[in-house]
Amino acid sequence: MLLIHCPYCQEERPELEFRNMGEAHIERPKNIADISDEAFEAFFFIRSNPKGVTHERWRHVHGCARFFNAVRDTVSDRFVATYKSGEPRLEVERGEDGELLVKGARS
Amino acid sequence: MSGANRIKGRGRLTPAKTVRFTFDGKALTALEGDTLAAALIANGIHLTGRSYKYHRPRGMLSAGPEEPNALIDIGRDAARRTPNVRASVQEVFDGMQARSQNRWPSLAFDVGAINNLASPLFAAGFYYKTFMWPKAAWKHLYEPIVRAAAGLGVSPKEADPDHYANHFVHCDVLVIGGGAAGLSAALAAAHAGASVILCDEQPETGGAFHHDADAKIDGVSGWDWAQAATAELRSMANVRVLTRTTAFGYQAQNHVALVERVTEHLANPDPALPRERLWQVRARQVVIATGAIERHMVFANNDRPGILLASAARTFLNHFGVAVGAKVGVYTACDSAWATAFDLKQAGVSVPAIVDVRPDLDPALLARAKELGIEVLAGQCVLDTSGTLRVKSMKVGRASGGSTRSIAIDALIMSAGWTPSVHMYSQSRGKVVWDEDSKRFLPGKHVQDCVSVGACNGVDDLADALEGAAEAGLAAAKAAGASGTKAWGAPGSAISASWAGSMMGAAGGAGAETSVKAFVDFQNDVTAKDIRLAVREGMHSIEHVKRFTTNGMATDQGKTSNIHGLAIAAETLGKPLPQVGLTTFRAPYTPVTFGAIVNHARGSLFDPTRRTPMHGWEEAHGAVFEDVGQWKRAWYYPRPGEDMHQAVNRECRTVREVAGLFDASTLGKIEVVGPDAAAFLNLLYTNSWDKLEPGRCKYGIMLREDGFIYDDGVVGRMAEDRFHVTTTTGGAPRVLSHMEDYLQTEFPHLKVWLTSTSEQWAVIAVQGPKAREIIAPLVEGIDLSNEAMPHMSVREGRICGVPTRLFRMSFTGEAGYEVNVPADHGDAVWKALWAQAEPLGACAYGTETMHVLRAEKGYIIVGQDTDGTVTPDDAGLNWAVAKKKPDFVGIRGMKRPDLVAPGRKQLVGLLTRDPSVVLEEGAQIVANPNQPVPMTMIGHVTSSYWTENCGRSIAMALVADGRALKGKTLYVPMPDRTIEVEVTDTVFIDKEGVRLHG
Ligand SMILES: [Zn+2]
Repeated sequence: MLLIHCPYCQEERPELEFRNMGEAHIERPKNIADISDEAFEAFFFIRSNPKGVTHERWRHVHGCARFFNAVRDTVSDRFVATYKSGEPRLEVERGEDGELLVKGARS
Repeated sequence: MSGANRIKGRGRLTPAKTVRFTFDGKALTALEGDTLAAALIANGIHLTGRSYKYHRPRGMLSAGPEEPNALIDIGRDAARRTPNVRASVQEVFDGMQARSQNRWPSLAFDVGAINNLASPLFAAGFYYKTFMWPKAAWKHLYEPIVRAAAGLGVSPKEADPDHYANHFVHCDVLVIGGGAAGLSAALAAAHAGASVILCDEQPETGGAFHHDADAKIDGVSGWDWAQAATAELRSMANVRVLTRTTAFGYQAQNHVALVERVTEHLANPDPALPRERLWQVRARQVVIATGAIERHMVFANNDRPGILLASAARTFLNHFGVAVGAKVGVYTACDSAWATAFDLKQAGVSVPAIVDVRPDLDPALLARAKELGIEVLAGQCVLDTSGTLRVKSMKVGRASGGSTRSIAIDALIMSAGWTPSVHMYSQSRGKVVWDEDSKRFLPGKHVQDCVSVGACNGVDDLADALEGAAEAGLAAAKAAGASGTKAWGAPGSAISASWAGSMMGAAGGAGAETSVKAFVDFQNDVTAKDIRLAVREGMHSIEHVKRFTTNGMATDQGKTSNIHGLAIAAETLGKPLPQVGLTTFRAPYTPVTFGAIVNHARGSLFDPTRRTPMHGWEEAHGAVFEDVGQWKRAWYYPRPGEDMHQAVNRECRTVREVAGLFDASTLGKIEVVGPDAAAFLNLLYTNSWDKLEPGRCKYGIMLREDGFIYDDGVVGRMAEDRFHVTTTTGGAPRVLSHMEDYLQTEFPHLKVWLTSTSEQWAVIAVQGPKAREIIAPLVEGIDLSNEAMPHMSVREGRICGVPTRLFRMSFTGEAGYEVNVPADHGDAVWKALWAQAEPLGACAYGTETMHVLRAEKGYIIVGQDTDGTVTPDDAGLNWAVAKKKPDFVGIRGMKRPDLVAPGRKQLVGLLTRDPSVVLEEGAQIVANPNQPVPMTMIGHVTSSYWTENCGRSIAMALVADGRALKGKTLYVPMPDRTIEVEVTDTVFIDKEGVRLHG
């Protein structure tokens, strides 16, 4: 069972308290009523399924109930970071040992 | 007497403490603390089972968790019986019933042994090749036969009467393994102030000291040192020592699952105790001290009962005081078997010869053998053995040929060296690294916060193991944040038996040129030849070899066989061993019972049961309940002599003629509050909420972004900034999640609060012509007249003296109310309403009547008449979709080409030509019943009932272009007949809707 850091509660809690809510940073178009079929398809149906870095939404459903974003490595199942919804997409890079790091966070 | 092979003065058990048990019905005596393996061998029994595929007689191979052969059915009573228990780890208790498995009719005479003669048929890949075709035969013919003939134990038929516990626990340092290294690490970590958990799978700590009686630490025996160290750990407040506790799963972020066998060794366990306890440990740091497992030698007929690992024989002798035989042969490639030979000889057991494949041997060992009078055959091999139910002799000679010798024995001990137990390390996702010097796989980089110490890390020297483990324990404590200052120093001196020497793969005489049965994997009956065959047939990856031969796939997970199998595959491929690679070690390390895993989640604790505040009354009034999600809902209220059909008919009639009370408490409820509440609902529902005045309510439809109906319900506006939203019973959690998602992530600028109030309000629907008469005497502060409170309005006031939100609304088509009161008052208010209703001739009705009444009016149920692919237009609900709103969830999805194309299935009514015929829900509909099969299906029945109020059956259906087919005849083909139906609209009673306003 993973431990997930809730950016609102600011602590690690067991995976049981959370629910995965799909890919992150897919914004609902403000003019959704007017977009083309292709644009709607891209918005609603098309999802990436990466091996490696994935940005996804989680919800601390049995805790503070907030939605937040996470960067996870689908190969190692390791969470690189979590951050509040509304914050910009967190960019990551692989360190020399292959582990993902938040860009610029390398000491 | 606890067995003829018990040697007086040997072992650590107390001779006076005897226990009785049975094996295949035969009464036997053991000593308290015996494993079943030790007890059987003490009683001269080596034969314990038949092998999986060939039904070859088998006995104990080991004295530890690696045991592949001796799988026994252990029972206390009919329900307390566990199949496939390893005799080497099960402690004997008084009254234990042990039974051998996989034999018929008896262990000594087994009909299935014919498989051994037919063994050429059962070569590697046999199952894949033989049972390929025809497909259906697998299910009906091959599988049942294979399962009956092959097989492990049989599970009990009775429910498990025992309970199991589950603990979540956190610690600074978890030490897995209570041998020398584990104890050293635990002491160092504990003295540094860390909270420590030490677990060991055996009843006592001590690890290799179970067999190595020569080991000395600071002048005392290794065993005594280990027990003293354990006593010290137990005395410390920051340490928890768990014996009989196996770490079986190493998950992410140092989450390690342990299973503790609490009562499996007790004759009369306290019923309050759990049978097993699952420990879910979250450790800041983990020290892996899991030791090493001895390998067997791979040679012809190396599987006869009486042939076992040297370390096992040494454990039986030094710990249990049991000799594995009277004339014990030794076959080895490793020094440690010599120590066993010496111990046996000194205990008075005859050791006719030590056969060692190595031509050059340690002079010290040779001198000691000479001193004890043991013949040494260096550079030689055991080429074969004889003996059916017990080994009788070994044939010894050189692999290169020449003369051979047969030596009479009644047991044969063997060692091909030691395999570091890297299971936990590997499960933690560390990658093993081949060490060319010592020819073994060792832990490489640890990818979690863990470290491997001692034999599992390739440390052979005891002093080094103790010191390295102490350093690791201290480092782990510090890394976990322990700030204690007390240092613990590893013991100054330590000596133990040499574990030098090893071989992998087939020994001389079982090489590629031979066709002997030299077993690699005992439990799955995989021989060296099978592995060579797999490679020849094109399995060049070790993962493919494993699956093709099933090597290492049995419940022992290849603890003794993996390395041998890999070495043979590598040799056959002509590749260096590390290039062929090792298969992945997977959890569980040893088999774990379903009881421990399922734990409390069984029976009524499997899933919560939700009951409404009126449940007790409903039960007392004879309600039959149905499960709706987790809810228990009153389904119908049969009176004496009534069946369901009669009860529902009566309830339906009574509601339309008089009135009825219905428990609607399970409805989902969400309080939507805030200055932007209406704006938010505008975005979440297809309807427009701006013009809904406080005190009014409205039916709303919620879509998903793809334009399909997601949920529906009545929403009341309590105030300008406050809405009382209802959802379907099953939809409440997901609708709230859906709303929260949009509020938090897409529309965060809106000032709105959402609160689930499903369980805060009890809801009593009072429906029917006399509804007002029933509630009026109890209501205060609300004018109930049609003029003051028309259909689709909501008022706040009091009922029976408690606050209420009173809705005038209807899901029956009758005039009616839904009385919302705080849940704690639900029962009292229901009873007060019933006291009014009953004298008037009203009834309580259940969900079945609710369904029929709403169907008479064509009201849909989301999830029954819709299925996630139905648009508002499909359901005939276009009137509820606001035409002028610029945005709402689903506005774009519902305009997709396929959703506006002609030919979509639309909700219609169906009337059968024969009014007495009730259609089956889900039945398919066709236009032409005479077309050939497969017919073109144009729709299906979604709801279908007998309605007493209409005096006939009615149905709703989704039919392609259904609304255009009104008046037309369609057909519902059933297995026994074809039913003719007429397409109608969906309202079957009171088409004008006048009753609502009565
Ligand atoms: Zn939280």
